[in-house]
Order: sequence, then structure tokens, then C-alpha cells
Amino acid sequence: MPRSRTLFEKVWESHLVRPETPEAPAVLYVDLHLVHEVTSPQAFAELRARGLRVRRPERTLATMDHSTPTTPRRSDGRIPVTDAQAAAQLAALERNCRDFGVPLFALGDDRQGIVHVIGPEQGLTQPGMTVVCGDSHTSTHGAFGALAFGIGTSEVGHVLATQCLLQNRPRTMEVRVNGRLRPGVGAKDVILALIARIGIGGGTGHVIEYTGEAVRSLGMEERMTVCNMSIEGGARAGMIAPDDTTFNYLAGRPFAPEGPAWDRAVEAWRGLASDEGAAYDATVTLDAGKLSPMITYGTNPGMGMPVDGIVPDPADARDASQRAALDKALRYMGLRPGERLAGKPVDVVFVGSCTNSRISDLRTAASVLRGRRVAPGVRLLVVPGSQAVKRQAEAEGLDRVFREAGGEWREAGCSMCIAMNGDQLAPGEYAVSTSNRNFEGRQGKGGRTFLASPLTAAATAVRGVITDARELVG
Amino acid sequence: MEPFERLVSRVVALPVENVDTDQIIPARFLKVTDKAGLGDALFADWRYAEDGTPRPDFVLNRPEARGARILVAGNNFGCGSSREHAPWALAGFGFRAVVSTYFADIFRSNALKNGILPVVLEPEVHARLLRQAAEMPDGEVAIDLHGRTLTLADGESATFPIDPFARHCLLNGVDQLGFLLAERAAIARYEAANPGRVYTVDSGEEGAWIH
Repeated sequence: MPRSRTLFEKVWESHLVRPETPEAPAVLYVDLHLVHEVTSPQAFAELRARGLRVRRPERTLATMDHSTPTTPRRSDGRIPVTDAQAAAQLAALERNCRDFGVPLFALGDDRQGIVHVIGPEQGLTQPGMTVVCGDSHTSTHGAFGALAFGIGTSEVGHVLATQCLLQNRPRTMEVRVNGRLRPGVGAKDVILALIARIGIGGGTGHVIEYTGEAVRSLGMEERMTVCNMSIEGGARAGMIAPDDTTFNYLAGRPFAPEGPAWDRAVEAWRGLASDEGAAYDATVTLDAGKLSPMITYGTNPGMGMPVDGIVPDPADARDASQRAALDKALRYMGLRPGERLAGKPVDVVFVGSCTNSRISDLRTAASVLRGRRVAPGVRLLVVPGSQAVKRQAEAEGLDRVFREAGGEWREAGCSMCIAMNGDQLAPGEYAVSTSNRNFEGRQGKGGRTFLASPLTAAATAVRGVITDARELVG
Repeated sequence: MEPFERLVSRVVALPVENVDTDQIIPARFLKVTDKAGLGDALFADWRYAEDGTPRPDFVLNRPEARGARILVAGNNFGCGSSREHAPWALAGFGFRAVVSTYFADIFRSNALKNGILPVVLEPEVHARLLRQAAEMPDGEVAIDLHGRTLTLADGESATFPIDPFARHCLLNGVDQLGFLLAERAAIARYEAANPGRVYTVDSGEEGAWIH
């Protein structure tokens, strides 16, 4: 009888061009390489310098998302790029894709969007695949049972030129979420609670597989939210075994298999789940029924707590180094130990990013904002993850809900998650953000970020202060 | 890539935990298409005041940082974004080694590809190194990659782990792309046995994707 294997082991082993030896890492084959404007120019330059071509342009897809403006289109339908440096970077991607034959969903294309939103929505991300991108949130695609991880620009060059990477085999960690989530608690709260538990380095060297009843009951977009932030716990990748939820999401997407090929694919995909008795190097268990809506108070995603909690005291830290880190974070955030975050005024609410900009996220935010107004003095920015999400939201009238509430409805892109495109906080401003990183200056120099779910973000926009959404929507 | 065998240098001590790559180089500096000049943006938000002048109290701006090639940082250095601009900025400033108690995975991989050695020390040795950096800022630390040893300013020596392949590449200045290109035949065999899962290039019926 063959030995029991995890989902990760099955995908890893089926992509080995050469296995790892004591002297050299494995040569791992890449099924899908996603490319964006910020981490690719130096890689294409390396190919040019060496006279190399892109080995498999048909397994590569580029888009523009990080430095693109999200300001509304002009009357001629164009989205002007006013930042000269960003314009030059976008032009470089366009030129590189043309010269090397790589397909590109450029700014203005009706399939453009955040790289981790468009892969799944186009049906390009499929179970059992290896997916890489020069972006740490590539872990998102693991929601489909793919092995997906972020790489650096040198490695972008490696994949462009050889469709392969040199990789040491990571360890595995099972994160089992038992039980059922309570109303008002969602995928974002699960992942923030996990990172608060294991710390931002807790998953380093590991690929996480999320299992358990609460994970099984999540929809595909919620699963993507969970896997997306695996990197914030230090893990290169997060994976969830594919099931009917996965197959129902994929069926009929532009790049998904069709007809008999679809049936064969689903049959193969059903075999990917971890075998009974397969062993992980580490296991962490969460009780879904005990989780609350989460919010971060500090300057990394591990500094999180229930939204009705109080800011911890550095005096209670485990050691001097952690005390110094917490003290530094609270000074940056302008918070006092013992302070309650619920009721704290904010300046900006951002709904968007590869973590929470899909149609279900926008529906959730709209369910709170429908018939309500954004509190005076608060700026609400809603940025759909892709042009397809934007069209769908507009077809459902969600854009009107956001606008009538007093919010801004934008074009697709990374926007205020990374603040490269002009969408940013002013120094000292507080934001509740559905994005993934609350690092110092992440949303603009001097800006201060509270990470939370779309539900918490929308409720906070309405009240103008950090709000437990369950008080508003019951 | 310039080979790395032995390095003797004063150290810059930045005893902060969880230094993320957004601190190493903020995202607004990533709108470039080359690697040059990023050393000026290294730790920009900690290093410069609002008006762009250097903050005299930040460690990189102190006179003893000039010419130093070893950065000693707190636990979990390089977490967050995969931006290779982080090691490019460190190298641009002149660093060739970063010492911590552990490194985030992607940063470690990126650093190695740019000739920067990530040195992992036991917490006790790391604490001792930081103490000495404060007490004798002119003291020199020696890193020997052949022997996998770091020798502190007081002469005390410690070994550090490094995987054999990374060590081989650094010692010999081997670039990993060359190593992968030499696997062409094996890659072709793999592709012949494993047809592509997806085809991103259209057959042409809907026109080219590039517009």
C-alpha cells in the first residue's frame, strides 16, 4: 500500500524535475507564472542581458495592479497615469510582454485587476498546480489546493527563463479549525486569530494546510482570504484541499477545462486531498466557536485581538525584546496599554486588496452600508479587486450603495494596501483597512492601520469609530 | 555575483524584532525599473526626517556606520513583502552580511542571490554581539564562510548554519540561473511527460490579449 501523503506532498512530488539532494535543492516545475509591473522589470533585463527568451509564455500571465491609479476613468474611457515613474514602469511591462510574447491584461483591459484576484476568477488557478509570482501574497492561490508562493525578482527571472525554481522542501503545518464560526465572524477573523496565536514568524519554513469543519464550510473567496495571509504568519504557502466548493467555483471560468477534460480534471483533483493518516511536522488547532471579530492594534499582523479587547501592556511581554517591540508599536500607533479600541475614531476606511476585494467582500460591506451614511469626517474608499469584480458589483447596484452612503467607488488595483499609486493615508491618520499589512508606513508614510474584516470596516465607516459590526447588524 | 569567502568589518546594530521589508525599503521607492541607487532609500522612514535630512540618532547616520558591511538585527528579519529591492538596498548601502536569530524565508532566498550572507546565531551569541557593538563600536567582527564561523570583537567564535548549496554558490560566485539553465534537458523531459495545465495565450479567435 502506498504511504499516506499530505496535499502538499502530492503537489510537490508531482512537480519535481529533480528531487532535492544533500548538495542541491530540488528543481521544481512551475505550471503558472503570474507577473506584475513592480517585481518584473529587472528580471526581464536579466533575460535580455543573457540573450534568453521566455521558455513558456503560454504558462505566464502579466497584469498591472500595484502602481496603477484607481481614480475614475475619463470620459474617453481611459485611466490616465499621472505619476511619471509609475507610467514608465507600466510602459516597461507593456514593452517586455510584447518583446517576449507574454500575454498581458493591461490597464484599461476588461480583465485587468489584482494579480491574486484575476488568476482565480479567470480559472487559471487550478487544484494541484504550482503557481508563483513575484509577490508574497501568491499564497492566495493555495485556496484551490495549488502550491502557490511568492518569489523574488531573481527567481522571476529563473521562472521566465526555465519555468523552474530551485527549492528546498518546506515543512508542513496543519491548521485545524474545528467547529462552526458564530454569526459576524468570518475568514478574515480566522486568519487574524491564527497569526495572533502563532506570531508573524510562527509559520516560517512551513507550508500550512488548513483543515477542519470551519474551513470546509468557507466559500472559495473566504478560503482565498485565509490562504492570502498565510505569509503574514511567516508561511510561504497556505493550502486547502479541493472539494465541491472548489469545483463549483471553477466550472465555466474562461480558462477552466471543458467537457470531457473537465470530468477528467475533477476526478484527478478529488485525489489531491491529504490521505488518512498523513503526517504533518506541526499542528495548530483553533476552535471556531470561540473566535470573535478581530482587529489589530500594532504594527504587524500578529498584533491582533478581538474587536472588544483592550490593548496589551508591554510590561506583560515575555521578554525584553518583545517588550521593546510592543512599546515601539504602541508609540507609532499612538495607543495606550489597557485602551479599548472599540469606540476609537478613525479617518479612513479602506475596503480592498488581494485579501478582501472580491464580490463577496463587497456584498458584505454593502449589506452594512445599504441605507446608511458614512460618518461625517470619515473617508470610505472601496476598490474592487478586478474589472470583472467591478462590473459584477455595478450589475448588482453595489456601487450605488457605496456612493449613496458617501463612499468613493474606484477602478481596480492594489491601491491603499501598498500606497504606491497615490491612494494613501496622511501622516498620523488612522484607518480601518481590509488589507493584509499594518506595518509602519504601509498605507502611507506615518499612516496608522487597524486590520479588520469587511464587516468591521463597513460598520466602522458608518459609526466613524471602531465598531463591532454585530451591534449594527444583529 | 561577487564571491563571498571572508568578511572583516565593524557592525551596525539595529536591535529591532520583526523588521519587515516595508521598513527596509518603503513601497514608494519600488517604482523603478533597475536596481541602482536603492542604497539611499534603505530604511528611509527611520533614517530621514520629514524634510529629507538624515536623523542624527538613527544608527545608519552615525559616523561609525560608514564603511560597515555587517548589519546586526533583531529576530525574524525581512518578514513581509517579497521585494528583492530589500537586499538591493542593503547591498547598495554596502552591507554584505546580515546577522539575526532567524530570517523570513523569502528575504533569505533573495539575499543569497545578491551575495548577501544571512547569518543565524544562537540567541545568547546574538545578545553578546549586540552588547559588544554598543560597548566597542570600533570593534571588528570576522565572518568566515569556509569555516561557517563568526568571530566576535572579543575573539569569541561561534559557528552558524547554512545550507550546502547556498554556501557553494556564495563561495564560488555561482549564479543560480546558470545552474537551472544547465538542467534544460531534464526540464524538457519533464514537460514531455507532463502536458501544460493551462494555456494563457489565446488561440487567436478573440484577438491578441495585448492591446
